[in-house]
Amino acid sequence: MTFIPKPKIVHPALPRNARGLVRRDYEGALSTLCAGCGHDSVTAAIVEACWRQSIEPQNLVKLSGIGCSSKTTAYFVSGAHGFNSVHGRMPSIATGANAANRQLTYIGVSGDGDTLSIGLGQFCHAIRRNLDMLYIIENNGVYGLTKGQFSASADIGTRAKKGETNFQPPIDPALLAMTLGASFVARSFSGDKQQLVPLIEAGLRHRGFALIDVLSPCVTFNDHEGSTKSYAYTREHYEPAVQADFVPPEREITAEYGAGEALAVAMHDGSRIVLRKLDAGYDPTDRAAAQARVQERLMSGEYLTGLLYVGTDGGVEGGRKEFHQVNGTPEEPLNSLPYEALSPGSGGLAKLLARYR
Amino acid sequence: MRAHAAFRDAPGRTNVTTNRINDFTIKIATVNGTGSASANTLLMKSIFRSGIPVMGKNYFPSNIQGLPTWYEIRVARDGHVARSGAVDLMVAMNAETYSRDVKEVAPGGYLVYDSTWPRPALLGRSDITVLGVPLARMCNESFNGVRTRILMKNICYAGVLAALLDLDLERIRELLAQTYAKKPQLVDSNMKAIGLGYDYARQNFPCPLPLKVEKMDRTAGHIMIDGNTAAALGCVFAGATVAAWYPITPSTSLMDAFKGFCDRTRVDPQTGAKRFAFIQAEDELAAIGMVIGASWNGCRAFTATSGPGISLMNEFLGLAYYAEIPSVVFDIQRVGPSTGMPTRTQQCDLMECAYASHGDTRHVCLYPANPEECFYMAAQAFDLAERLQTPVMVLSDLDIGMNDWMCRELKWDDAYRPDRGKILDKAQIEKLEKFQRYLDKDGDGIPYRTLPGVHPKGAWFARGSGHSQYGTYTEDSTEYQIVLDRLLKKWETAKKLVPRAIIDATAGADIGIVSLGSCDSAIHEALAILKARGVGVNYMRVRAFPFSEDVERFLAAHRLLFVVEQNRDAQFRSLLTLETAVEKSKLRSLLHYSGLPISSSFIVDGVLAEVLPKPLPQQKDAASA
Ligand SMILES: Cc1ncc(C[n+]2csc(CCOP(=O)(O)OP(=O)(O)O)c2C)c(N)n1
Ligand code: SF4
Ligand SMILES: [Mg+2]
Repeated sequence: MTFIPKPKIVHPALPRNARGLVRRDYEGALSTLCAGCGHDSVTAAIVEACWRQSIEPQNLVKLSGIGCSSKTTAYFVSGAHGFNSVHGRMPSIATGANAANRQLTYIGVSGDGDTLSIGLGQFCHAIRRNLDMLYIIENNGVYGLTKGQFSASADIGTRAKKGETNFQPPIDPALLAMTLGASFVARSFSGDKQQLVPLIEAGLRHRGFALIDVLSPCVTFNDHEGSTKSYAYTREHYEPAVQADFVPPEREITAEYGAGEALAVAMHDGSRIVLRKLDAGYDPTDRAAAQARVQERLMSGEYLTGLLYVGTDGGVEGGRKEFHQVNGTPEEPLNSLPYEALSPGSGGLAKLLARYR
Repeated sequence: MRAHAAFRDAPGRTNVTTNRINDFTIKIATVNGTGSASANTLLMKSIFRSGIPVMGKNYFPSNIQGLPTWYEIRVARDGHVARSGAVDLMVAMNAETYSRDVKEVAPGGYLVYDSTWPRPALLGRSDITVLGVPLARMCNESFNGVRTRILMKNICYAGVLAALLDLDLERIRELLAQTYAKKPQLVDSNMKAIGLGYDYARQNFPCPLPLKVEKMDRTAGHIMIDGNTAAALGCVFAGATVAAWYPITPSTSLMDAFKGFCDRTRVDPQTGAKRFAFIQAEDELAAIGMVIGASWNGCRAFTATSGPGISLMNEFLGLAYYAEIPSVVFDIQRVGPSTGMPTRTQQCDLMECAYASHGDTRHVCLYPANPEECFYMAAQAFDLAERLQTPVMVLSDLDIGMNDWMCRELKWDDAYRPDRGKILDKAQIEKLEKFQRYLDKDGDGIPYRTLPGVHPKGAWFARGSGHSQYGTYTEDSTEYQIVLDRLLKKWETAKKLVPRAIIDATAGADIGIVSLGSCDSAIHEALAILKARGVGVNYMRVRAFPFSEDVERFLAAHRLLFVVEQNRDAQFRSLLTLETAVEKSKLRSLLHYSGLPISSSFIVDGVLAEVLPKPLPQQKDAASA
C-alpha cells in the first residue's frame, strides 16, 4: 500500500492562522516521490501559502493530470477534494468544475510533460478562456514517471542521463502564456521558497488564469552534469527580476518597500501584490516588453524569475473578462440553483412547443 | 461468417396499395443551398396541418452549396411515418441527377421537371407520367435578381404540387405568414410564386392526381419536431446547467437548441444572469472532460457528439466509469468508418459506446426510437447517470436527430424532481465517523458521494488509478478487485433501472424481430404488411444497455429472430450474443447500411426470404446457418 496516512498530533504552541488552523491542517498524505525531488518542495510551498491565506480546506479544489508532479495534489490539504484526472487533460476538468461552482478556489498541479506535450492544447485553451484558477507547472525537463525521456521543455543542448542530446527547441510555458493573454504569469524555482510562497498566495487570489512555472529538478533522471534543469544549473542561471509580495486587504503597505521602487497592483478582493523590481530594466506590467525581455534572457540561457507579468486593471489587463464574466453566469454557483429555477414547467413546455404544432 | 441477407432498397419498386389518397411518397431532387428546404418544409407542414400523418426526410450532402440533395415526403394515412422504399412522385429539379431520379419512380408514378429546358429523353419511360413545368421561365419573367429567381423557382414547385395534390392554399398562406411573421412582404412574394406554379398546373394537367391529399384528423395532439430539439428540451427540463461540446454534424443542432431554449427560459430578466454555462470546447476530449468536471462538482452536465467524437472521448469515459462520475453523452450517430458520410444516417456506434475505453469498462446506453423518446430519455439519462454514478450515453442518429418527425405532443410532469442519487449533504457528512467513497453500504453496488465545498470530512480524491473501497490509492490485488467486483454489482442494479424493452407479442408467433432505435417505424409498417400476407411476427424493441431481464426472456421464447439494425457488422446482434444467453444460430441479421433510413420494404423482403418458400434463388450468404 502506497497510501500512508500521517498521524495528526498538534502541539498547542503551533502558530494558527485566521481560521485557527495550523500548518499541519494543510498537509496531505505522505509523499511517495523520490527523496530530494523538487516537487516535494513545491508541495511544501503550497501548504505554506494556503495556511497563510487561511483558505478553508473544503473550499479548495485540487486538480491534476498524470505524472510525478500530478501525484502531488494528494500530498497537500487533505480536507480539500482532489481530482487526479488523465494525462494532459486537467484543464478541461478544471473548466467544468469551475463552471459548476465559481466560488471555490481552484489549484491545478501539472508537469512539463503533462502540460506541454499531451496537454498543450487544453493548457492553451484554459488560458484563452481566462479560467479562474492557479495553474502550477512543476517543470523538470523530463517525464519523471516514465523514467526520464525528454519533455517539450528540454533545452537545446541539454543532455539526458543516458547520454543523448536534445536538439529540438523548448516550449516555454511562461512565454506561451503571455502570448495567449494570461493575466498572471510567474516563474520560480522549487529551491526558492521565499520567492515561491508569495507567488502562490497571489496566484490563489488572482481572478482569472494565473500560471506559475516552477523549475523543479528531478533528482533521479535529470540532475546530472550537462542537464539544464539540474539543481546546480538552475541555481546558476536563475535570475530574479521581480519580487512579488502578497498584501492582504487589512494590512497596510509599509515603508519596507522603498518609495518609487515598489509598485502595488490591486486585486479584485482588495488585496494587493507589491512588486519590487530587482532588474531595473524590467516592467512586469507591460506585456510586450516583458515578453521580449523573458525571451531575450532565455536565449542567453538565463531563467528570468518572479512575477513576470501581471495585468494592472484589477489584475486583469484591459478589463479582460474571466470565464464566468464572459459566460454571464450568476454569482451563486450553478450547482446550487434549485430545480425550480431551471425547469420552465409544463406551462413553459407548451409555449416552447408552439412552433412545432 | 455473416448470418445476414444482403438486401438493398429496390429502386423503381411498385407501391402495393391502389387507393392512393393520403398514401404516397414524393421525392424532391434539388441542389443544396438554393432554399429548397423552406419549400419542402412548407409542403410537409401543410399536409400535417391537414390532419394527415406525414414523414419528411432530408438527404443532404456534407457541403454548403451546389451538391445534389433530396427531400422525401411520405403521406401516410395509416400512420407509418417511415420510408416505404417506393417513390410515387418525383420532382426533378437537378439536371445532374435526372437520370437516377427518373429510374427511381415507381411504375404508374409521376415526374415533375423544369421544362424551361425540355428533356425529351425523360419521356423514355412509358410507364410513368412526365409533367413539364417551365419553372425557371415563369420565375425569370415574374421576379428580379438572380438569387430571388432561384429561391422562387423552388417555392414555385410547391405551388405545382399544391395543385397536383389538392393542397389547401389558405393553409399554405397561413404557414408562410407564421414563418415570415417579421418580414410580411415575403409572404406576398412567396404566395405569388406559389400561385404561378398552382395556376400553371391547373391549366395544363388534370388536377388533382389520383395521389391526392384529403383532410383527415389524425394529427391532433401531435407535433412535428426533430430529435435533437427534443433531446435539448429534455436536458433543459432535467435541470442540466453545464453544456460543453465541439461542433460536429449531426449533433450540433442539439447544442444550438439547448442554448436557444436556455436563452429563452434561463436568463434573469433583471440582471441578465444566465442560469447555465455553454462552453464550446477545443475538441471532444475537452468537452467530455468539462462534463466530468462539472458533474463531479455537482452540476448536471452533458455533451453531444457523433462517432468521431466518441472515439476521442474514450479515455475520459473510462475514467468516469472507474472513478464513478456521472456524465451524459448524446451520440447522434452518422455513417462511419472514420469521417464516413457525415450527413447520412447509421446505427454504427453501438459497440463503440457500449465498451468505450480500455480495461473492463461497460456503459449504460439508451436507444431512443424517435424525438418523443429523445425528450424523455434525455431527462432519464441524467437521473440514471446520477443514480448510478456513471456515464450514460444516449444513442440517437442523424435520421432521428435532424429530421422532423411526427410525434405525440411532449408532456412534462411538474411533480418531477431530479434524482440526484446518493449525495451526502453537510449534515450527513457531519454525522459520519469517516467518509468512505467506494464502500457498498447498501448492497446495490452504488457507493455514496460528496461534493467539493461542503465539508472537509467529505473530501475524497477522484482518480483513475487503482483505489480501494475507502477511496485510497492502491496497488493491492484484493483491494483492487473488491472495487471491480462491486462495479459489476452496480451493473446488475443498472439492469433493473434502465428502460425496459417494448414488446409486441400480439402475433403470437414463434418468430420475432429484435431491433432498436430509429428502425422502429419501418418495422411497424413491415409487421402490418407481413400480417396482411399471412405472416405473423412478434417484435421487441430494446431501449437500453445493459439488457433487462425481459430481453433475455423474449430471446429465449422465439425459434427464429430477425435482428434489424443499420450497420454492416451486425453490432447489435454481437451485443446480444455477448451479453445474453441467446443461441447465436437463432439470430438472423437484416442489415441496412446505405446511409439512408431503413425502409419497411427492406424488412418485409428480408423476413419473407427466410419465412416463406423461396421461388427465386436467394442472395443469402451460404455460410450462414
Ligand atoms: C494517455 C497516456 N499516455 C502516456 C502515459 C504515460 N505517462 C505517465 S506520466 C507521463 C509523463 C509525465 O511527465 P511530466 O508531466 O513532466 O511529469 P513528471 O513525472 O516529470 O513530474 C507519461 C508519458 C499516460 N499515463 N497516459
Ligand atoms: S522520478 Fe524525478 S520527478 Fe519523479 S519523483 Fe523521482 S525525482 Fe521526482
Ligand atoms: Mg516532468
